[in-house]
Amino acid sequence: MNGVKNLTKKALFLPIFCMILVLLINLAKSPTFFSVAIQNGVLYGRLIDILNRGSEIAILAVGQTLVVAVSAGTDISVGSVMSLSACGCCMMLAGYGVNSATQLAVPMIVGMLFGVLLGGVSGAFNGTLVAKLKIQPMVATLILYTAARAIGLLLCDNQITYIRYEPYKYLGNFLPGFPVPTAILVTIAVVAVVSLLLKRTALGLYVQSVGINSRAARISGINSDQICFLCYLLCGLCAGIAGIVASSRIYSADSNNIGLNYELDAILAVALGGNSLAGGKFNMAGSIIGAYTIQAITTTLLAMGVSTDQAPVIKAVIVVLIVVVQAPVFKAWMSRRSARRLALASAATEQGKGMPVK
Amino acid sequence: MDEQVLITMRDITKTFPGVVALNHAQLTLRKGEIHALMGENGAGKSTIIKCLTGVYERDDGEIKMDGVEGNIYNHSTQDAQKIGIATVYQEVNLCPNLCVAENLFIGREPKTKLGTVDWKTMFKMAQKLMDDLDITIDVTATLEHFSIAIQQMVAIARAVSMDCKVLILDEPTSSLDEKEVEKLFSLMRSLKQKGVGILFVTHFLEQVYEVCDRVTVMRNGKFVGEYNIDELPRLKLVAAMLGKDFDDLAAIKPEGATSTSDEVVLDAEGLSHKGTIKPFNFKIRKGEVVGVTGLLGSGRSEMVRCIYGADKAQSGTEIMHDKKLKINAPIDSIKSGMGFLPDDRKADGCIGDLSVRENIILALQARSGMFKRIPRAKQIEFADQFIDILKIKTASRETPLSQLSGGNQQKVILARWLCTHPDFLILDEPTRGIDIGTKTEFQKLVLKFASEGMSVVFISSEIEEMLRTCSRMCVMRDGEKVGEIEGEMTQESVMNAIAGGDKK
Amino acid sequence: MKNATRLPDTQKKRGVNGNTLLLLITIVLFVVMYATGCLVYARKGFAHLQTFLNLLITNAGLICVTCGMTCVMLTGGIDISVGSLIAMDCMILAYGMGTKGQPCILLILLVLAIGVVFGLVQGVLVGYLQIQPFIVTMAGMFFARGMTAVICTDQISITQQQNAMFYSWANAKIYLPKFLGYVNNAKKLQVPFIRPAVIIALLVVVVIFLVLRYTKFGRSLYAVGGNEVSAAMMGLNVKRTKMKAYILSSFLCSIGGICYCLNTMSGSVQQARGLEMDAIASAVIGGTLLTGGVGNVIGSLFGVLINGTINTLVTSNGKLLSSWANIATAALLCFFIILQSIVAYIRNRKK
Repeated sequence: MNGVKNLTKKALFLPIFCMILVLLINLAKSPTFFSVAIQNGVLYGRLIDILNRGSEIAILAVGQTLVVAVSAGTDISVGSVMSLSACGCCMMLAGYGVNSATQLAVPMIVGMLFGVLLGGVSGAFNGTLVAKLKIQPMVATLILYTAARAIGLLLCDNQITYIRYEPYKYLGNFLPGFPVPTAILVTIAVVAVVSLLLKRTALGLYVQSVGINSRAARISGINSDQICFLCYLLCGLCAGIAGIVASSRIYSADSNNIGLNYELDAILAVALGGNSLAGGKFNMAGSIIGAYTIQAITTTLLAMGVSTDQAPVIKAVIVVLIVVVQAPVFKAWMSRRSARRLALASAATEQGKGMPVK
Repeated sequence: MDEQVLITMRDITKTFPGVVALNHAQLTLRKGEIHALMGENGAGKSTIIKCLTGVYERDDGEIKMDGVEGNIYNHSTQDAQKIGIATVYQEVNLCPNLCVAENLFIGREPKTKLGTVDWKTMFKMAQKLMDDLDITIDVTATLEHFSIAIQQMVAIARAVSMDCKVLILDEPTSSLDEKEVEKLFSLMRSLKQKGVGILFVTHFLEQVYEVCDRVTVMRNGKFVGEYNIDELPRLKLVAAMLGKDFDDLAAIKPEGATSTSDEVVLDAEGLSHKGTIKPFNFKIRKGEVVGVTGLLGSGRSEMVRCIYGADKAQSGTEIMHDKKLKINAPIDSIKSGMGFLPDDRKADGCIGDLSVRENIILALQARSGMFKRIPRAKQIEFADQFIDILKIKTASRETPLSQLSGGNQQKVILARWLCTHPDFLILDEPTRGIDIGTKTEFQKLVLKFASEGMSVVFISSEIEEMLRTCSRMCVMRDGEKVGEIEGEMTQESVMNAIAGGDKK
Repeated sequence: MKNATRLPDTQKKRGVNGNTLLLLITIVLFVVMYATGCLVYARKGFAHLQTFLNLLITNAGLICVTCGMTCVMLTGGIDISVGSLIAMDCMILAYGMGTKGQPCILLILLVLAIGVVFGLVQGVLVGYLQIQPFIVTMAGMFFARGMTAVICTDQISITQQQNAMFYSWANAKIYLPKFLGYVNNAKKLQVPFIRPAVIIALLVVVVIFLVLRYTKFGRSLYAVGGNEVSAAMMGLNVKRTKMKAYILSSFLCSIGGICYCLNTMSGSVQQARGLEMDAIASAVIGGTLLTGGVGNVIGSLFGVLINGTINTLVTSNGKLLSSWANIATAALLCFFIILQSIVAYIRNRKK
């Protein structure tokens, strides 16, 4: 019994448990779930699909984890910022006012960097409001949640902008001759860079210190405001990168639909990852596993006939279940129940042994 | 039950995971008496009170109250209030956004015939209540406009208006200045006349002797003794709290002036911070221990915060080791060789969820910079070193700081600064809320560091403590440094300096 | 000698502080904006009384929702599920009346009941399980929006054939006194009118105002928002108060949903997207503090009017995309949030 309890207390228990659960459900429904084949020179299979399409969520989850840890708040603007960055990129590449381009107005890398830059600017905007002006994260990011999409729409002159230029599709699909979906590579790169930053520098320690007690962190010499700002900036950059990837998949910028509801997925990933939404200590690996679990859930739901508009119902229920289980009040209630059961059990054993019950 | 006895608590036991907080503790409170409850940290004072007021459920024991049948089990503060037990905490538990009158009557507002809130009657009743207690304020004003002292009195007024028979005051004087303390005491005395039993939890020996009738001493969760104040010499009281003789403290008198060199470590001129501290000068030499004294609110903490840069200095210059300093944030001071133990360790010191190890190396890491991470092996070495030197009681170096007791948390924060080997260390109320045993340890440490060449600023509200360690004292009054005293110092001479007989 | 505590006169002033200032700014801002519109777009009929009344008609639903939002924000929480709940309500009404041919009274009662249940679930999660309101109501938002799609993915309109009663309510006009009218280009007298939904909305405002000022429940909302720990110690049932706040919010949101449906006469998955944003913006602009404990529905009403004026200004311009209205609201919200932050900073400095 003690062994199981110790297992559940491990940081990665929740995300791994959920992931295994979802995979098993899928396996039960379709035995070929784990099969991976190479067709047309690229990797195919349901698993690959999940890893591929979950890339945006994983990238968002990286940034969101930092934001949650440092400020106990959530950045709800990430979906809209994805849209903004996609629109910015496509507008740059096609030229303003052009809604379908076969030739690029500027080099592809410039357009993409511009998109990521817009993400960074959004992150900086959120960071300034939260870190410098001390505004609650949920409201500060609510501003861009509305405005970013609208600005993106304006950038693209209220139309869907198509980039019908082959190399643009590489990022969201496949590089010529390379079997692994490019999005997976991008995700690996982002995760690697951030992990390096957290482990090789003191950033991880700083983020947790600021998240737990920003005043004490400041007195101890940490620039709390700067660290908080940095986390929101990184989150914005992640949203920018995710936006470019999403845009590349459909070689266009559909302002109303790119990134739609992705903020829920990102926050869900962080919560599923075992991270406390109250900030402080965090576990990046958990968030990433959580992100792919969410994608697996989305794919499973689609396979079961639940459309993308309807899927949020299930996800909402899952979010609630996770936060309920994580809630200190619930944990306290559970431990009281098990303590009572234990006491009753020991009393019964004592009686059985013929010893007086206390 | 004896006619005069109000509350009896016997054989109270309460355990938390791994800790026995109360071990057959007991307490007796009589009507119309002011009863002090004293003990070092970990004595069980706050635990026994929480068992009485329904915050905690005790494991075992009996609580009886005059006029109430049988053994009392309070499951919530409401239960306690219903039988007439009220508590006023140090952090005033009122709503700052509501007016005074509403704060007095929340939960029992006077109603009109329609069942709606009757504002007119509420204001009238509130004004009368405050007038009766000699507190003249505008009850229609929002509570947050008033000082902590006034807010505390509103809290007491609320308790009184609910016909409390037992009033528990939990460290009420920690944030008050002398005048406010006197006002509180006169209020307590008038309540005493009315037959209210007052339980006064405090650290301040002098206050206990000034206003209390009896005192209960606790140690390590056990009941040590109950004494009449006028039959109890101070020495005996402290001995009861410590469980040993009082010599330890007496032995710390500095042997004349400790040999301080002439080398000036820090020379600050004209430093000020708007709204907190007026321009001041400050000098400290190598190996010197300087105290800062003055009434509460006179600017002691503000002055050192300004020197350290916790509140950025808005004028003046600081020269350390003959180099002019540019301090925009605490990190600049740390890099120059300063360390700062803040007076509010919960808000400014403890990072609860981080381990003891992480807390200890934090400032050192900040000084090294984000990109030069201290290797884990080194971190372990430092942590172990200081756990040993400061005798920090912790299960392991990886234990979260929040699981340590207050005194040990304070030691960890101190270790954080010692880890950076500062040339100049500021200790702001390092012994507040700490038991006498640990207090003595800290004072000895301060003298040890000074003898090793560290310059130390030592702030304490207990002048005696500073007299034992400091060779010089800065005197503060009303947000301004008004002078310094050195040489032969006594409590009397210091009080004179504070009052106004100062010499520059 | 009486040992009285005498205070300087400044501390005897009653409540004239940053919060009243915020309300004043709101009212002035509305007047200025509306006046500008009247001047700039006079030719397009902006200065007519009907334009103002149309503001009330179009925003009747939002007014109800914002009142509920104010109550929740008073406790220091937030409810971002309101937009999606309205979409769900409209879809239920449209689907029920259109496809299923049910009587509208039944559906209205159903919608109100759903509002209460929805609020109850959210309230329990926030109040009793102490989960962050943002997370809970975000889940609620996605749940409701998803349920809207589950009911029906197409847009459904409510026509006169399907439900004559509802249709008549939607098109009913309550005329104001004739002297307020004007003669238009076709030499006909245009008498200004409002619709029943406006009466409902204004009634809601009055009732909530009275509740907040004069009932125990209303005062407990302020207390909980001011200092939760203190409120609990003073004997208030904080958990139950918070739960009730969310029930009230979702209930008022459902009332708002009915008014909204009377205006749009349709139900679709995309409806009321971003309405939560408008409600929060209106409340904040109206002087409700995000941190809780301060706010009132009169300010919120003006917040809604300001929001509506922005939309009308953009529409009157004709050349601006509707996206600009969103951006303008977001910018205004940003401005007011920063303003609140500054006022709080100044107050802390004074201490």
